[in-house]
Amino acid sequence: MGKERVAVVGVGQTHHQAIIDGSIAGVVRTAAQRALDDAAMTWSDIDAVVIGKAPDFFEGVMMPELFLADALGAVGKPMFRVHTAGSVGGSTAIVASDLIASGLHERVLTVAFEKQSESEAMWALSVSMPFQPPMHAGAGGYFAPHIRSYMRRSGAPDHIGVLVALKDRLNALKNPYAHLHQADATFESINETMMLWDPIRLGETCPSSDGACAMVLTNEAGGDAAAAAGRPPAWVKGTALRSEPTMFAGRDQVNPQGGRDCAADVFGQAGITDPLHEIDVVEMYVPFSWFEPMWLENLGFAPSGDGWKFVEDGVTQMTGELPVNCSGGVLSSNPIGASGMLRFAEAAMQVRGQAGEHQIDGARTALGHAYGGGSQFFAMWVVGADKP
Amino acid sequence: MRDVAIISFAQTRHRREISDINEVEMLMPLMGEALAEAGIAKERVDFVCSASSDYLAGQPFSFVMSLDAFGPWPPISESHVDMDGAWALYEAWVKMQMGKTDIALVYAYGKSSPGNIRRVMSRQLDPYSLGPLWLDPVSMAAMQARLGLEAGAFTEKQMADVVAASRRHGAANPFAQLGGEFDAGALLAEPEFVSPLRKHDCPPVTDGAAVLILAAGDVARELSERPAWIRGIDHRIEAAALGVRDLTRSVSTEQAGARAGVADGPVDFAELHAPFAHQELILRSALGLADDVTVNPSGGALCANPIMTAGLIRFGEAATRIGRGDGDRAVAHATSGPCLQQNLVCVLEGE
Repeated sequence: MGKERVAVVGVGQTHHQAIIDGSIAGVVRTAAQRALDDAAMTWSDIDAVVIGKAPDFFEGVMMPELFLADALGAVGKPMFRVHTAGSVGGSTAIVASDLIASGLHERVLTVAFEKQSESEAMWALSVSMPFQPPMHAGAGGYFAPHIRSYMRRSGAPDHIGVLVALKDRLNALKNPYAHLHQADATFESINETMMLWDPIRLGETCPSSDGACAMVLTNEAGGDAAAAAGRPPAWVKGTALRSEPTMFAGRDQVNPQGGRDCAADVFGQAGITDPLHEIDVVEMYVPFSWFEPMWLENLGFAPSGDGWKFVEDGVTQMTGELPVNCSGGVLSSNPIGASGMLRFAEAAMQVRGQAGEHQIDGARTALGHAYGGGSQFFAMWVVGADKP
Repeated sequence: MRDVAIISFAQTRHRREISDINEVEMLMPLMGEALAEAGIAKERVDFVCSASSDYLAGQPFSFVMSLDAFGPWPPISESHVDMDGAWALYEAWVKMQMGKTDIALVYAYGKSSPGNIRRVMSRQLDPYSLGPLWLDPVSMAAMQARLGLEAGAFTEKQMADVVAASRRHGAANPFAQLGGEFDAGALLAEPEFVSPLRKHDCPPVTDGAAVLILAAGDVARELSERPAWIRGIDHRIEAAALGVRDLTRSVSTEQAGARAGVADGPVDFAELHAPFAHQELILRSALGLADDVTVNPSGGALCANPIMTAGLIRFGEAATRIGRGDGDRAVAHATSGPCLQQNLVCVLEGE
């Protein structure tokens, strides 16, 4: 971290859904206004705005930050646009955090969004380019072989993915902002859904969502002031980014080096040596159910090959030793560009004690995790209730 | 602020169309050149930040493959912006302010040739009100020029002088796409293209890329004989709706220039990202540059305008000139959005 401590003092999000009947500007402003309200601030309190989203093709607007300057109160201020694939929501929060940590600004608004209803993301992800590996139809087609490879390596039984999906869908019932609220979800109902990209069933995939997430970050003085006013901040204890190449035979897409390095970096900054016991709750980027056991191993929570056993033993349930995605996760809401920031923001909500029905009692330290591209871009932060 | 300097820069020989190689192939030799100039292996780079637009590549996540040009293995700390490369430089500079990042590599690229760039750029507009009209950047710049001429902010003769000077400078720049000796009177005799703009008042369509390396403090002094130190840097944005802005001024440039400290000392020369001739005049005025300050000794964006890259090139051109002693204090500037909506201003100094 830098010269200044960084505190999350405001969090806001939309009610994510298949189609938000409003403009893009309205979607981002709704989340931003909620974050400002949560921070007990107004637009004029903000020094700079950092916005992130996934490909511009998803809404058909090139560099949409330009037309969103008004809606986000950025006129006369620095406005910055980040794009790092699926990890972008996390990377955007880290750029915002850097603006505080470096001492440049005192109060930064950061926003991430996607309005998937403006287009068809699956086909936008399926553009075939000469001399490049085809994505087949959508991201699921790209990731299914990685999952199959994980199952082969670890000997995980077929039903693990369904268990993850069921947990996240039931957790989402406790999150009023989640897109999917499937009160009747059962193991059987998910297991019987259509096989889309073997071994990924429809019930094990994320939805296409419209939505946005926003946070207000401040320096130490701002965090102290929020705490004194009875609004406990989440203190940023570490941030890390890692990226890997696309065309490199030495990569391991099942357990990527970039993810391992990123986790080691962020845990090192936060002084965490035993993540399983020192992290109270995790918000992890799981767009297809099987990525939960895969990332449990990649992040160092489970020994290699044992991630699926954590799932089977209920370790990642809200009642387990390491609750994962109490919000319902990406499996229950996926406004792509915002999904990474939602992980970061939900982690902050947990240590602030503001997660409502999906709150883990006594959560003091949380990990927010995002990944993107072909499992090659990683963004993570550790936040805590205690000042670092 | 921690001292950070530009220590190395490489760019393509910009052309109307670089169609025989892809973006990775365009970038790879530049990475090698920039690292060689700095005298370092890529393993010494602590942070990489890049800039590009999927709308130029015609492909979502186009930057994902381009990163392969750096060879990010073992995995690296890296980020990407959908803004001009000058903002990637800004993100890297912020990262370096935090203390642990000593060397950062910044790159940007854009091929405008595969599409119709005027139609592509119209997708930047508010998708509900202006986008459906396909209003293009040349037409919007023409409205801005018309307002400026009618307000007496500048004259057509001044615009022609800007073009003549740019082309003369471009002729001396081996990387520029356009250059040559042109008489301002002859330029004014050319027909109008989108009134009041003539073709030469508009930027060429350009494919190109650039790579730049930043280093902090003593690392910069170790790696460069004369680093170009970033003494002040700031960026600001204005409203998107053209009707609520005074287009004859650049308020965000005034704001960023003041915060970057442009007026705190004499300016020896400036590299301004002015895609249209009249915009150089607006920027010169917004930055309060004296009449004798040479602007765009490289030829500027009027001689090569690779979208997403032309702003970063201004930083590289300014740093190169400081490095070889052409001046001690320079302004580098980048813009984004229709009619100078967003602007970044930096003061660079030799030591």
